[in-house]
Amino acid sequence: MATAALSRFRQPSVIPGFGLALGFTLAYLSLIVLIPLAALIVRSAGLGWTEFWRLATDQRTLSALKLSFGASVIAAAINTVFGMILAWILVRYRFPGRRIVDAIIDLPFALPTAVAGIALTALYAPNGWIGQWATPLGLKIAYTPIGVVIALTFVSLPFVVRTVQPVLEEIDTQYEEAAATLGAGRLQAVISTVLPSLLPALMTGFALALARSVGEYGSVIFIAGNIPGVSEIAPLLIVIRLEEFNYAGATAVAALMLAISFAMLLVINLIQAWSRRRFGHGA
Amino acid sequence: MDIRIQNIRKEFDRFPALHDVSLDIRSGELIALLGPSGSGKTTLLRLIAGLEFPSAGRIHFGDEDASEKSVQERNVGFVFQHYALFKHMTVADNIGFGLRIRPRGSRPSRRDIRRRASELLDLVQLSGLEKRFPAQLSGGQRQRVALARALAIEPKVLLLDEPFGALDAKVRKELRRWLRELHDRTGHTTVFVTHDQEEAMELADRVVVMSQGRIEQIGTADEIYDDPATPFVFSFIGASSTLPVVVTKGTVTLDGQPLSIAAADLPDGPATLYLRPHELEVVAGGDGAITGTVTAARRSAGSRLVEIAVGTARHHLELQLPAETSVVIGQTIAVSPRRWQIYGTGVGPGRSA
Repeated sequence: MATAALSRFRQPSVIPGFGLALGFTLAYLSLIVLIPLAALIVRSAGLGWTEFWRLATDQRTLSALKLSFGASVIAAAINTVFGMILAWILVRYRFPGRRIVDAIIDLPFALPTAVAGIALTALYAPNGWIGQWATPLGLKIAYTPIGVVIALTFVSLPFVVRTVQPVLEEIDTQYEEAAATLGAGRLQAVISTVLPSLLPALMTGFALALARSVGEYGSVIFIAGNIPGVSEIAPLLIVIRLEEFNYAGATAVAALMLAISFAMLLVINLIQAWSRRRFGHGA
Repeated sequence: MDIRIQNIRKEFDRFPALHDVSLDIRSGELIALLGPSGSGKTTLLRLIAGLEFPSAGRIHFGDEDASEKSVQERNVGFVFQHYALFKHMTVADNIGFGLRIRPRGSRPSRRDIRRRASELLDLVQLSGLEKRFPAQLSGGQRQRVALARALAIEPKVLLLDEPFGALDAKVRKELRRWLRELHDRTGHTTVFVTHDQEEAMELADRVVVMSQGRIEQIGTADEIYDDPATPFVFSFIGASSTLPVVVTKGTVTLDGQPLSIAAADLPDGPATLYLRPHELEVVAGGDGAITGTVTAARRSAGSRLVEIAVGTARHHLELQLPAETSVVIGQTIAVSPRRWQIYGTGVGPGRSA
């Protein structure tokens, strides 16, 4: 049995070095990702189930997790819609300054997130450039969950644009033209021909933006105001617990975040695999 | 339906793709737009479809001026070079697409759409493939699905861009015959683009030869082949060789030697003599013949292809001789054309009577 299983991996191939490459990949992945994560799990397992449950169901923990994941989903959704529009404009149109717009997209990647957080706070604070117009409308942006969403939207903007852009570039306009010759209006043509092919890329972009947002710390803590139970995000709660030398509390929150993130990314990947089969992009 | 194209000009970013093209297509005709790449044939087809709009000129569909009409309003069936089948839809959904997206008022029922799709699949001889995805079809099958999809909207005109370009030679030949039959049966006014002269000549009622954004000649296969209007048409259609000659008072001379070719209606001056390999025959030599040295000879099916170098400048000339003719490299050979064509600089053709 063992040899049979082994030989399945050892089929003759034109690409040699599978064993070496796989070994290297696993070693590298372990060193960089798996060992730290395993340590986290071991640490929280040491808490015992009741203790873990007590820490995890703590009201402050729950609302922090809810804010982190809720705001991240909203930010990722916003970026999926507007990121697609941005990618569309960059790919399909030629206009002066296109290269500059293209470069601006990456700025949230390059900027230290704390700088972004401070800049956003200055803008959206009740006396800031934008905040002063929102306040009379009864809208408070900074120091509320809305501020958290804005900061997360800012830092995760590049992901959707950068995943959709190359796929969109590969999609020939002949499909839209074919739809048009068959009588489809512009929007109809795009929805029925381009969107299905873009769906996997959109989902990858959404997943990446979501993952980035969930882990974001630097930019959020300035604009959020960090009111426990209202605008306190989970990563910040972890830091607070650490500063209190409450390592058990910190690991419990971290382990929960890890579990939820993993579950969400897995679901997105499964949907993606299904849609790839269904819509067969690249097949 | 008749299509009248009047003085169409098209520029892309100031680069002219078509200069002042006019063409009348009769109802029910099968027309080929033939030319090398960059000749503007695909641009002309896209202009007829409404996928591009002309910089100047008008396009009439029957009595209607269609110049300003959008592609959706023109109701043309267009088959793209690479078929542009929607990959995420089944064959039946692809064919029914044009009907399914109609506004509610004019949309046939689901069942009618399904029935229409399978009727069309019968027509293109792909019955039973409704549930397949385009990726599961061969090139020839995809081509036919694309055609069925274009026919589903009952178009007034059928336009095909390099319809057989991406297929292998055998499938191409079959589809060519099949398309001709389909055209004769359905009677659509059909325009197709090709760079394959054999395809154009075999399939089309009339061939439009294009080069560098201009129409060089419009005519039946016989007219194009036997009576090429321009040097371009002569050299583009079929094999040909050229020799630089000089016309003096109706006499044609090559390297100072008079040839037995009459050119009474040509003005004096330098000209180019166009010859076809299979219209040259070996003669005993002497006055009036074209004499050269054999540089290469090879057997090709029923004939022998011989290359000779003519005169002091060693002009290249190709001959297609009967297979039983034996030639030796280096041997001197004299040939005389049965038919020929002379084009002076900037004047009309003179030709063998």
